[in-house]
Amino acid sequence: MNVLELKNISKIYGSLKALSEIDLVVKKGEWLAIMGPSGSGKTTMMNIIGCLDKPSSGSVILDGKDIAKENAAGLTAIRRDKIGLIFQQFHLVNYLTALENVMVAQYYHSMPDEAEALQALEKVGLKDRAKHLPAQLSGGEQQRVCIARALINSPMLILADEPTGNLDEANEGIVMDLLQGLHDDGSTVIVVTHDPEVAEKAQRTVILEHGRIARIIENSSAEKADET
Amino acid sequence: MFFRMIKGVLIRQRKKMLMIAVTVALGVSLATAVLNVMLDVGDKVNQELKAYGANINVIPRGAFLLNDLYGIDMENGISDKYLDESQIGNIKTIFWSFNIVDFTPYLELSGKANNEKVKIVGTWFNYELKLETGEFRTGMKNLKTWWQVSGAWLEDSDADAVMVGSIYASRNGIKTGDKITLNVADAVREFTVKGVFDSGSSEDEYVYLPLSVVQEMAGLAGKVSRIEVSALTTPDNELALKAAQDIKSLSIKEYETWYCTAYVSSISYQIEEVITDAVAKPIRQIAESEGAILDKTQLLMLLITVLSLAGAAVGITNLVTASVMERSQEIGLLKAVGAKDSAVILLIFTEILITSTVGGIIGYFVGLGFAQIIGQTVFSSAIAIKAMVIPIIAVSVFVITLIGSIPSIKMLLSLKPAEVLHGR
Repeated sequence: MNVLELKNISKIYGSLKALSEIDLVVKKGEWLAIMGPSGSGKTTMMNIIGCLDKPSSGSVILDGKDIAKENAAGLTAIRRDKIGLIFQQFHLVNYLTALENVMVAQYYHSMPDEAEALQALEKVGLKDRAKHLPAQLSGGEQQRVCIARALINSPMLILADEPTGNLDEANEGIVMDLLQGLHDDGSTVIVVTHDPEVAEKAQRTVILEHGRIARIIENSSAEKADET
Repeated sequence: MFFRMIKGVLIRQRKKMLMIAVTVALGVSLATAVLNVMLDVGDKVNQELKAYGANINVIPRGAFLLNDLYGIDMENGISDKYLDESQIGNIKTIFWSFNIVDFTPYLELSGKANNEKVKIVGTWFNYELKLETGEFRTGMKNLKTWWQVSGAWLEDSDADAVMVGSIYASRNGIKTGDKITLNVADAVREFTVKGVFDSGSSEDEYVYLPLSVVQEMAGLAGKVSRIEVSALTTPDNELALKAAQDIKSLSIKEYETWYCTAYVSSISYQIEEVITDAVAKPIRQIAESEGAILDKTQLLMLLITVLSLAGAAVGITNLVTASVMERSQEIGLLKAVGAKDSAVILLIFTEILITSTVGGIIGYFVGLGFAQIIGQTVFSSAIAIKAMVIPIIAVSVFVITLIGSIPSIKMLLSLKPAEVLHGR
């Protein structure tokens, strides 16, 4: 079953064509990596898949619905209900504790549930840091809070933008293990990265160049990991 | 969660919020002070102006007609129409009795002093009037506070003493302690000059005595020529002017409004109701001057209030806009995780409103202090705290917060999460 279908999408900023005629299908439970050099259109593609932006042309079918036709409020509703976002810069609300940062996503989705939010933090190994403010957490811990916030509403699609970009090796490993765990649990994960090691963990890697899909690589190491 | 987020901002970002609260507090304190002074300034200025004399003249109806129809000035003592002294106390029984600050009767007669023709005036100086409601001390001493007296004021019990005007005294070389012979009607008596006064008006040519002495000499016991009344009044408006032209032109509702407002004309009307055959005429020049001064003072204060609140609104605009710009990533994040524009606006506006309310409450009490400082400095008395200022300030705080937040809310609506989260 397809979760996401990009059909001939292009994105144009003035005279700049950031994305050009992209076609891509992502299956349910798949782990996909999007790679490419700076300016290749990774972020633009992530914004469109994450309902943070709309394509200039083409269709984006998410869970059977063309999100390219949605207005801003419609896109907000889709983000809220179907997508979990993980950012390179973490983007935690600095005056809320780790627990409250997770509960914010619950609040705008449905009803905040402190016990459930605490469970999500436990899942990322931060139950004992629940009452800490972002400034009191390390970069890796902040990213794990960000992951807990992304998974709290059980989204159909988890979209991570350079999730390990600001982390040291040890924390990178922890975060990748968490993403692996989400994938193993059946979540569809799309990771935008420039790190080949991160991309290797995915089942497929889409290589973008100059706004076009240059090639798609099937990752055997990921398949092996899946098989085991 | 909403209130946890509000609490988070208010507690953990209190320095930023403090700036907004201080801005609102400054604006509100000034507005509170000025509004309280403005609402009380009417009484204060009135009291100040009352130091410059009466604003209502009560004369017998017959004398008024003589004056009105033939131009005969009853002050020359030609009129033989009088008011009844026993009815003077009724002035303190009218609807606006508490606004009657002072009054004094005059019995004005032509006579001779040391064989020179002079106006002789009998009046109250510091008279203790016994009323059903209690005692009321009234007379020239309170009414003519600007008179400069060398020697001493007369007492109402001084049967053998007079006060003479400075012009008459200098023309005749009279000074305090001299003897003076007065002829009033057929009575001739010798008096001692107890004081020489300088009023700065034609009264400086008159000789003043206690009312009872003049009544006795003239054989006019219980009679007075006229009464001067000093009353605290509300500045005239269109209704008062309409009533002054023709009271019958007022509708029943207008009449009730006019009657129950302390216009100089309605107080005069009420005085006529309690003194038989009297005409109470507002001394228009004074009444109008009071009104003009009050109107201008209140307009000035209103402008200061509006400017102070406008200043606060501008301050809030800058601070909140800066805050929204600073928090653009946080706002973008909230939108990214599914917050509607309305939810983000509600969050930001609630934060600002709570902060402004705290600032407003502090500002209100500081403003009450400022009002008292203004009262003591300008009027040497306390400013009455007006309860109606509270809702005015509350509404103002809401409005300036709303107005001050509009630019930041517009900015907030235009924030695109994709742009702010990627630092563009």
